Amino acid sequence: MKLTTLALAATLAAGSLFTASAALAQAKVQFFPSLTGRTGPVAPNATPFANGYADYMKLVNARGGINGVQTLVEECETAYATDRGVECYERLKGKHGGATVFQPLSTGITFALTEKVPNDKIPMITSGYGRSDSQDGGVFKWNFPLIGHYWVAGDTVLQHIAKKEGGWEKLRGKKIAVVYHDSPFGKELLPIIQERQKMHGFEIQLLPVPAPGVEQKAIWLQVRQQRPDFVVMQTWGVMTATAIKEAVATGYPREKMFGTWWSGAEPDLKDIGAAAKGYSAVMMQHGAEPQSAVVKEILDKVHAKGQGTGPKEEVGDVLYMRGVVGAMLAVEGVRSAQERYGKGKHMTGEQARWGYENLDLTQAKLDALGFKGVMRPVSTSCFDHMGSAWARVHTWDGAKFTWASEWLQADEQIIKPMVRASAEKYGGEKKLQRRASADCQS
Amino acid sequence: MIYRENGQFKTSYRADQQIFPITQDRTAIAALLLFAVVGVPLLADEYLFRAILIPFLILALAALGLNILVGYCGQISLGTGAFMAVGAYAAYNFFVRIQGMPLIVALLLGGLCATVVGVLFGIPSLRIKGLYLAVATLAAQFFTDWAFLRISWFTNNSSSGSVSVSNLSFLGLPISSPLSKYLFCLAILVVFAWLAKNLVRGHIGREWMAIRDMDVAAAVIGIRPVYAKLTAFAVSSFIVGVAGGLWGFVHLGSWEPAAFSIDRSFQLLFMIIIGGLGSITGAFFGAAFIVILPIFLNRALPALGDLIGVEISTAAVAHSELMIFGALIVFFLIVEPHGLARLWSTAKEKMRLWPFPH
Amino acid sequence: MGFFLETVIGGLMSGMLYSLVALGFVLIFKASGVFNFAQGAMVLFAALAMARFSEWLPALLGIDNKVLGNLLAFAGAMVLMVVVAWLIERLVLSKLVNQEGITLLMATLGIAYFLDGFGQTLFGSAIYKIDVGLPKDPMFLLQNVFEGGVLVNKEDLYAAGIAATLVVVLSLFFQYTSTGRALRAVADDHQAAQSIGIPLNRIWVIVWSVAGFVALVAGIIWGSKLGVQFSLSLVALKALPVVILGGLTSVPGAIIGGLIIGVGEKVSEVYLGPTLGGGIEIWFGYVLVLFVLLVRPQGLFGEKIIDRV
Repeated sequence: MKLTTLALAATLAAGSLFTASAALAQAKVQFFPSLTGRTGPVAPNATPFANGYADYMKLVNARGGINGVQTLVEECETAYATDRGVECYERLKGKHGGATVFQPLSTGITFALTEKVPNDKIPMITSGYGRSDSQDGGVFKWNFPLIGHYWVAGDTVLQHIAKKEGGWEKLRGKKIAVVYHDSPFGKELLPIIQERQKMHGFEIQLLPVPAPGVEQKAIWLQVRQQRPDFVVMQTWGVMTATAIKEAVATGYPREKMFGTWWSGAEPDLKDIGAAAKGYSAVMMQHGAEPQSAVVKEILDKVHAKGQGTGPKEEVGDVLYMRGVVGAMLAVEGVRSAQERYGKGKHMTGEQARWGYENLDLTQAKLDALGFKGVMRPVSTSCFDHMGSAWARVHTWDGAKFTWASEWLQADEQIIKPMVRASAEKYGGEKKLQRRASADCQS
Repeated sequence: MIYRENGQFKTSYRADQQIFPITQDRTAIAALLLFAVVGVPLLADEYLFRAILIPFLILALAALGLNILVGYCGQISLGTGAFMAVGAYAAYNFFVRIQGMPLIVALLLGGLCATVVGVLFGIPSLRIKGLYLAVATLAAQFFTDWAFLRISWFTNNSSSGSVSVSNLSFLGLPISSPLSKYLFCLAILVVFAWLAKNLVRGHIGREWMAIRDMDVAAAVIGIRPVYAKLTAFAVSSFIVGVAGGLWGFVHLGSWEPAAFSIDRSFQLLFMIIIGGLGSITGAFFGAAFIVILPIFLNRALPALGDLIGVEISTAAVAHSELMIFGALIVFFLIVEPHGLARLWSTAKEKMRLWPFPH
Repeated sequence: MGFFLETVIGGLMSGMLYSLVALGFVLIFKASGVFNFAQGAMVLFAALAMARFSEWLPALLGIDNKVLGNLLAFAGAMVLMVVVAWLIERLVLSKLVNQEGITLLMATLGIAYFLDGFGQTLFGSAIYKIDVGLPKDPMFLLQNVFEGGVLVNKEDLYAAGIAATLVVVLSLFFQYTSTGRALRAVADDHQAAQSIGIPLNRIWVIVWSVAGFVALVAGIIWGSKLGVQFSLSLVALKALPVVILGGLTSVPGAIIGGLIIGVGEKVSEVYLGPTLGGGIEIWFGYVLVLFVLLVRPQGLFGEKIIDRV
């Protein structure tokens, strides 16, 4: 009896794998897969991102779609693990008429998918993470680190620190400690910091924190002993909150701590509250934007109708907005592709890629979409897949974030050569040819 | 009735010593191999290859290696992820630094490096036993995690610490399509499974099993524990190292040390426990179970929800996956502590008599 | 010199925190011979219960007093852990009575996965706060002797005190109460204990409940430090070397092992770490344990392993 039931269960399981999924009636939908991290080590930070992404896509549908084409979001849980991310990619890439674009939200998954997207011809947006050298569209045809990557973050946060001190020359001889997640994500920040160190002569103290970073006493004892003038943090998830709590426990002034844009959001600071007052983080254009027009529209057209993803209270939070911005960039790229390939038509991955490469979001367009005061113009080109290098710094005042700096622009004179050199090295290893200008028109 | 060995007489020692002495077994295995080589490529789509079959083959190979150490020699090791990582990174260094290095040679050399590391971390097994050894092998796991992040020579001085490979080929044929990757992994798995089966049937396998059953008694009758335990570590690490190389090169293409973390070690240990300790087929069953179950749950739960009209969020699906996975592991351990391989051999026993009752 | 003292004190405190988690391992192994890999998941589950009950119960019953709210939440979480212990004994342990160690180990891993998923389903997967009034600001001692003073973390000091009290209470419990004696009898020989009339099932429920209590205390302290979220279960990986170093069957061994590992980790990270590029505390504890085991294969205070041939 037991054996037969087990045998039956086994055959059922095997059979279900081989059954093809029923093909839905091919309505005109633009499919946007969402790789989420709603469980696992980064759940509190990745969940608002997924919610913002889904909500903006619903808003686009409520506004009438992309020139009439409705958006469709399907989520696949990765729990921030690379092999699950790869499995989700393989599962979703062909569904609903083909995935338009992937946004992995994990540097590890980005590295793995960078190998696969050129064969599958699906673009990948990695706004604010992933490979910094993928800004060079000449080598990375399918990667789009739109509106910023880690070298922009590193440069602008150092600019802010320099400005506070009174100029780059004042940094000479000062000590800056870098507390970073011991992984490709964390290490990606280091080249720009080391480049600036060569230019301006400050000392760097590197303090890697092994994932998941629940125990950082030794790190902060070292910080206390070395007494750096500033601490820059490239951390994510529970590591950020633990770092700030340890800083409180060792008495390191929070005003001297600066995080990058994944290390300065509400889930990290809410529980610490007033003790974290003075902690700053550099933001990729947007911060927490509860007063923006797009947030009001989402509350009005999506949440008020009971279709909101996630709690209403987090609409407008930093990571929620990052999801909204990510969705907006995904949609606007498709709209831009429709200008060339046919308005109101379904766009394939290749066509969408052209759209992301020829994105021209003027301030007027952004204001009309509801991003007035939130974003600056974005303009990509064949060899520049980033499109904008603006950032600003916000500070935690104990209960919420307030802007602490004007708009900062990363110094492309320094970053572009670094990007090019790194991309050339990648191309050399992979034996890739640099794209010719003629290829840019495809 | 179908599975009787009545009438199958062996007339030479060679025939008597075959791996599959019963004709029905031979035909079944031949049919299975034929299906695997010809049938599956015709039936499977790209998703099945990339997400299920290739991980299954590579993890079955790793489980095979681990089963030799834990199942046949009785040394509990929780550092398998470390040996996979060593195999992968060593193969990467050989592949990238030496021009024109063939893929298969790089993988085998990676396996040899894993052997050296495995023997090194196996030396404590001469003194430490049981659960204490399990935790001591975790030292290997965490040390290699750290070493591959910190020592940039291992990653060819890449700034991010992540490495990637491409342009794989075997004897001039490119290995880039899912089908070619599948066949490559299948070939390596079949060769290694055959070698492992012969090893465990032979003198050294018997030494391992003696050490597992009662190591003091084994030493008394003349089996050298040093030799037996260290060869177990060596062979196991070699196979696991080659599997690690395949995982990085063929399945992921681009990896970081987190791909070989402690979760991977636990996953492999689950595979051999569920599959059956001390059994070659157990490695296959366990790998199939552990690879397919999460994906099956991930797809079946929302479908089930749709069926009864309830929308289940992705987070709830992920949590239910964990719960059902844990519950099924406990269930299988209760129902058949010796693993799926024991269930399979019990079924074969019953097949010998069927349809007769005795 | 001041910094060295600071590092050593910090290490001792960290070590006590690891021992809190390690105690749970030792208790269960001592009394039922099972290496409970689910201890980390139990810590997370208990902490989640405490955090959420301290939110829900005061709101449900309309209580404003924080202390009362926390006490109620503690009681609620304790009841939940006893239920979990009973269920584990019923559904898992009693069915796997005579199996080998590795099968039981894997069963506890299965329980760990189940508890992870179940806890997050019941209580949610965001970060939750536990506030039992532990102070968060630093304390600087001996400021006239050493420049800048010697830093002592007040929260860790309280935690160390709680851990020490717990160990004393548990040791007294094992030595001087009849239940404690019964537990020790079961640890020595299941069959002999059963034959003189000790109810094995009830003893196992008691042991797992006590381990659940220890997990709850550990969860509260670690949760108060880190916030209650998924990574809390990974604290168990830091406590494993402590268990092994002290010996799987020794309660004082868990404390002493914890102190040694804590100091070793912190001192090595601060003084050796920079030369090796940092981040070595992740493996230092394990490598230390490896070398100690080569000399003493049963850990510092564990029972000598005797093989019957």
